[in-house]
Amino acid sequence: MYSLGDIVRLLLYLVGLIGFGAFNAAYLSLLERKQSAWMQLRRGPTEVGPWGLIQPVADGLKLLSKQILLPRDVNVPLFLLAPIMVVVPAIVSLVTIPFSETLVAHRYNLGLLMIFSFGAINIFALLIAGWASANKYASIGAVRVVAQNIAYEVPMLLVVIALVMVTSSFDLVEIVKQQGGGCWHWNLLKLGANPMMPASFLIFFICMLAETNRAPFDMVEAESELIAGAFTEYSGMGFGLFFIAEYVNILIGCSLATILFLGGWDCPFGLFPGPHWFLIKMYALCFTVVWVRWSFPRTQFYGLLNLSWKILIPLALVNLLLTAVMLKLVP
Amino acid sequence: MSTDAQAIHHESFIVNLGPQHPATHGVLRIKLTMDGEYILDAEPIIGYGHRMHEKMGENRAYAKFLPNTGRMDYVAALFNGHGYVCAVERLAGLTVPERAEYIRVITCELNRVASHLLWLGAFLVDLGGFTPLLYCFDDREKILDLLESVTGARLTFCYFRFGGVCNDIDDTFVNGTRDFVKLLRSRMPLYHDFVSTNIIFRKRCEGIGLLSADTCRRYGATGPVLRGSGVAYDVRKQEPYSIYPKLDFKIPVYPECDCMARYRVRVDEIVESLRIIEQALDQLPAGPVMAPKVPKILKPAKGDCYFNVESARGSFGIRIVSDGSENAYRLKLRSPCFSNMSLFQEASRGMLLADALALLGSLDLVIPDMDR
Repeated sequence: MYSLGDIVRLLLYLVGLIGFGAFNAAYLSLLERKQSAWMQLRRGPTEVGPWGLIQPVADGLKLLSKQILLPRDVNVPLFLLAPIMVVVPAIVSLVTIPFSETLVAHRYNLGLLMIFSFGAINIFALLIAGWASANKYASIGAVRVVAQNIAYEVPMLLVVIALVMVTSSFDLVEIVKQQGGGCWHWNLLKLGANPMMPASFLIFFICMLAETNRAPFDMVEAESELIAGAFTEYSGMGFGLFFIAEYVNILIGCSLATILFLGGWDCPFGLFPGPHWFLIKMYALCFTVVWVRWSFPRTQFYGLLNLSWKILIPLALVNLLLTAVMLKLVP
Repeated sequence: MSTDAQAIHHESFIVNLGPQHPATHGVLRIKLTMDGEYILDAEPIIGYGHRMHEKMGENRAYAKFLPNTGRMDYVAALFNGHGYVCAVERLAGLTVPERAEYIRVITCELNRVASHLLWLGAFLVDLGGFTPLLYCFDDREKILDLLESVTGARLTFCYFRFGGVCNDIDDTFVNGTRDFVKLLRSRMPLYHDFVSTNIIFRKRCEGIGLLSADTCRRYGATGPVLRGSGVAYDVRKQEPYSIYPKLDFKIPVYPECDCMARYRVRVDEIVESLRIIEQALDQLPAGPVMAPKVPKILKPAKGDCYFNVESARGSFGIRIVSDGSENAYRLKLRSPCFSNMSLFQEASRGMLLADALALLGSLDLVIPDMDR
């Protein structure tokens, strides 16, 4: 089924993607620090390298050189498994992300489903991390992550289902191809298919923030309440892996939003489409994610669930119905 | 104990919030009995920062206790000193020159603004928003610069002396303060846009952490906590001292009893304090800043005196019993934080952890003031 060439190509892509993921995790953390500094009248990292550019390397080295502490009561195998479980699916999800029509590690006709199923492993990993830590704050964090992700996966999937009804494909490359030729073809502005498209993009973006446990929905960490939540007992690279996974998940979330709503590698005015447009859109979304984090306080836990069950899910259902009706009316 | 019985029924668990926890701003420890995320009981365990300030006040000459006053409520250090010098002056029958009184009020109100700004930032950090803290610190830094230029310290001020203040203020300070008042006025809309109207902030504060006026009264809570519960009690108005009767200012009161009311009280107090500072600067008389002939070793006549000042956190009271010697026979401190904190156990019962921490933040606790 696969030739040797295919396998070699896939392996090369995998190495490249791991590098891409790690590089982005490192430099998104620098972006986070720099951007928060700009917002807060500070200067951010300046000491390591010019303009603090080597700072992520220093951070990585520091984390690598730290001892991985195993507190007395932890469930050792699970405690050590959790960081790996959180980072591997994150990297694997990158495999089906198309950066351009040809620049995709493995084009898979159920790519969208695959990303969501790998994304679900993240919840298990955090639950295991919290539970195996044998720490009360970590346990509270673990319970929160489950309730939060159940609440947010539902509206997110409802929005995506509506989108799949419009595109009638799970293939990410196909979804982007349908949006080619300028920003008025993007799903975000396909008001003919569904007038609620901008709203569904907003729902997707909010759910993405909640899925990746980013502020203002960082219930799992909730520094001022739970110290570090599910990660309280982790040290060294154990913590580092959670950190990397958080940023890779943001990357995947922003890539998905770009692919599903913003036309992937398509140029807004129909000129020179290519991976650079994909990256520009994706990093603009990443910038927004960081911007939101440093602008808002954390929501309450029940506020979060209320937002999901009382506002987002009804909206997403209306969106789904509307899409179905529109599909029948405007064939 | 009833909580033990509940523990068996509900499979509740005990969490030690502190002494090292990001939300307690110091070494406060709260023993939480929790059922899931609901708090069944919150028992504050205090005293980690106990320094026996009262006993120290009884073991040393009056003047030697002055630096201690700056180390209790270190965020609003001038108020403690103000209370202490006023009490001793009343005992010893010293009169303070008017200029010194004005300087005391100006510096105290600056300190109140600094303290409220720090609280504003720290409260937002408790709620998970980090950015406003840096803006508050930026403004607070300017106050500290001003105060440093006259008091020589940036945090643990020891500026007031029996019979006056130790340093006269100059034109640089007066002009700098006027500039600062203008600057902070222009910054207040920024805080309103960024914080007061933030939807998540409002959701986390409105209707959260209700403290009835009755609860506040029973525990002796004062300051913005009491005024946020609709009681217009402010020592500056109720038992006027210093030059406050000559100044025109309002006492902000909000009847909602929630965290938002306490937030609004403090923000309005910043504005009122700026008004007080401006008026005091306008009326500032010339003259000496120390009373003549204050003895080096003060020996007040036998007597008993209680003096109350409105600190940034509430009513700070100090009682001194003198037996005629150079040391106080008894020195009792009433710290506002201690009373404000004591209502937490009752008020937090049945609350969710996140909301309880919002309530804890809105009480504006300074742990060394509580532990003394």
